[in-house]
Amino acid sequence: MGLELPKYPEMEEDQVFNFTDSEIVSHVKQALASVLSGDNNSYNQLVGVMHHSKHLAPDEVALLETTLKALAGAVSSIDITYHDSLLSAIFCMSMWNYGPHVADALAELIVSLAISNGKYLDLCLGMLVSNFTPPPYFLDKLKMPHGLERKGQVLSRVHAAFKKIADYVPLAPLRLLTIVLQGMPTIYHKDRAIVIYVENMLKLESGEIGELVGSTILMAVVDRLIELDVEIGWDAILQDDFSKGIFEMELEDVDDIEESAEPDVGEFRLSRKSLAGNSIAELLDNLLVLTFEHLESCEREGRLAKVFETLLQSFQVTVLSAYKSKFAQFVMFYACALDPENCGMRFATMLADLFVQDSQPQPTRMSAVSYLASYLSRAKFLAASSISSMLKRLVDWCLEYCEAHDGDINPNAHRVFYSGCQAIMYVLCFRMKVFVDVPRLKSELLIPLEQVLKHKLNPLKVCLPSVVEEFLRQAKAASLFTVCKTFIFDGLLESELSRAFGGLERLDTFFPFDPCLLKKCDSFIRPMFVFWSMVKPTYDDAFDDDDDDDGSSDDLVQDFVNENEDIMNDEFGKSFDEQGVDMDDFDYALKKMSITPKATSNYKFGGRFQEPARMPSRIRPSTSPESL
Amino acid sequence: MEGLSVADANLVMYLHPSKSRNVSQSILRELGSLLFKFNETFDGVLLAYDVNILDKQAKILSGVHPYFGLRLKANLLLFSPKPDMLLEGKVVKLSQESIHVIVLGFSSAIITAENIRGEFKYRTKDTEELFASKSHKRHVIKVGTMIRFLVKSFDEEILHIIGSLISAHTGSIRWLDRHLEEDSEFDRSSMKSRDREWLGDKTVDEGATPMSYDNHIKMSKKRRITE
Repeated sequence: MGLELPKYPEMEEDQVFNFTDSEIVSHVKQALASVLSGDNNSYNQLVGVMHHSKHLAPDEVALLETTLKALAGAVSSIDITYHDSLLSAIFCMSMWNYGPHVADALAELIVSLAISNGKYLDLCLGMLVSNFTPPPYFLDKLKMPHGLERKGQVLSRVHAAFKKIADYVPLAPLRLLTIVLQGMPTIYHKDRAIVIYVENMLKLESGEIGELVGSTILMAVVDRLIELDVEIGWDAILQDDFSKGIFEMELEDVDDIEESAEPDVGEFRLSRKSLAGNSIAELLDNLLVLTFEHLESCEREGRLAKVFETLLQSFQVTVLSAYKSKFAQFVMFYACALDPENCGMRFATMLADLFVQDSQPQPTRMSAVSYLASYLSRAKFLAASSISSMLKRLVDWCLEYCEAHDGDINPNAHRVFYSGCQAIMYVLCFRMKVFVDVPRLKSELLIPLEQVLKHKLNPLKVCLPSVVEEFLRQAKAASLFTVCKTFIFDGLLESELSRAFGGLERLDTFFPFDPCLLKKCDSFIRPMFVFWSMVKPTYDDAFDDDDDDDGSSDDLVQDFVNENEDIMNDEFGKSFDEQGVDMDDFDYALKKMSITPKATSNYKFGGRFQEPARMPSRIRPSTSPESL
Repeated sequence: MEGLSVADANLVMYLHPSKSRNVSQSILRELGSLLFKFNETFDGVLLAYDVNILDKQAKILSGVHPYFGLRLKANLLLFSPKPDMLLEGKVVKLSQESIHVIVLGFSSAIITAENIRGEFKYRTKDTEELFASKSHKRHVIKVGTMIRFLVKSFDEEILHIIGSLISAHTGSIRWLDRHLEEDSEFDRSSMKSRDREWLGDKTVDEGATPMSYDNHIKMSKKRRITE
């Protein structure tokens, strides 16, 4: 095939020649060979073409493309020592700067170089990995359509190149893995390069060489999530106001609290507000969303079970051992939600197994049971039977422990036991209605539980007072059992005894699946999450309470309200039947759900909708399109 | 094929005390981490191993971490190509400039144009690229052919081989083995493949020698990946 080259080196400008591909290749070979004999002219011109990258005129583009193609054919003549300036020019090139044809030619050259000689393999793979992220000036353009197009172009070629290299050099994926892991941007990079880098990593996992590199990559991603997670201090999230019980500590507003014209009444922990400016939180948010979307695609491709095994292992190694991870665990939550029967149960079983194993260190066991308790309470997608079987396991273990230990109350000595009891009570606070309605569960679960709670070890006194109080209140209303002593905690969140069993790590106040404070993540998690306001405690079967705080009765779920306002106006006060709920029956669940059981709020509720002009600050239009 | 050998090794493996709970698993893991890497002690790439613990008692080293040393006896399959050895591999890519080969399913080899003897001419036939011998019409090398080539050099880090097809003993295995005895007294004009039919029984069926190693390799590769 002929090729027209108006400005090829050594040609006079006015002359236009047609060259065949092989002639060009041999010309390039000559240029390369001449370096060995000391004549650098044509070689330097070649290098010059490589360096010219910005604002290329069309004929310059054609020249670059031709040169790249010719070099691809002449790789055997490239010497690592004599031609190092050419090589460094090639390896510095970024596909983001060029159009599709040049990018193709460059990819071809890189592949040819990589497979021609072992010495170039790592350098070529490194060059491709550096093309995961665009040059700094391009980062802002990524959101625009032109930027997105270029991104798709570059990344598809990069990943195709990996596959080609792996076809000819079977051990390349192993070396690629090392290079990818080493090249991960740290979390302190000012440019948000890590987000697109992780996107590429996940693409590798789902790509054709995914089988070889996938699990290590996933674990590295989770590692990075935890790194970001621990950078967000707990003080950025929690306020010191422990005067309200933990069951009011729910953040349910979809919108930014900053938008509120009125000052916040102070009921909620201003967690999201203080996180709003936090760039690390934003980064973590973006990465979590990427991971969620990746999990969704895994599920569509039917690979989720396999990927989940890796995630499970990674959870045990990284997340569980991290000190009170804040948000990274939602990856597990989401994966379980996508496949409740397999993954959902697998996760719960793993946690329960860890808890009962004597050989595991204490903090691990306590952490595991905290995760289990929070998970069983918050996962909307779990069937009641699964929850009850898990609870039964915990209760049986606690009973066995009681029978084996005849001591008195001692928070330090029986930490694992107390954390187990607290876990059971916490789950029952959320799910008690379920067990009350089924007599078989009542006998299987609640009778042994009663024995545990009345034992000399006295868990009711040691466990977190707010949990115990809520539990007893509900138990009393459901007439589960009678408690001889009265426990007066005055709405305390914690006590000295609970602090003692919680230890330095304060594992007594660790509820890992509390509502996610990261905005974008939250929108993914919300549909499968049980908020405290959605729970209908047993004591609300009774007629309305008069000590109705203004603030606390407003625990409505905003987007449910806005999306289903017509449903809200009827169906108040119907019992919340949790047994029939799963993700598919979302709408059905909404219909059945009681937003607030109190008659006074009913009135307020209706009142709000009848007078839209007087919307109080609590209700704001949600961001979902179907709303007002 | 040269370059493959089985070695009997007496090894001493030092394990960290945390591994003492499950010693056999740790041994397998340690050896597994050596697979498909060039090992100086063994002077070759470890492809497969079979290991036995010699002594239930292990000596504990004194030090900050009391590692303990286990005496093992292992059977090792090693691959150590040296220059001027003949290797066999499958062609995966062919161009005018080079032939790319994969040996034993994991090692990549390249034979550049200047290392291909003049007898072979690059041709494109029906969009298929191949190297055909000028003297023997049936001697053809294309993608998928098993070829025998000479080792020029071996990169121990990437396990990349630079090979050559200059010697007369190199080329397509099927063809070579069929004409094994005639190679030394090759006469272009008098040879008719019809007369050599009886030699056909000696054809290496493309499967046997390299493939059995391939299976072995696939197994140890699998083991490596699951670990």
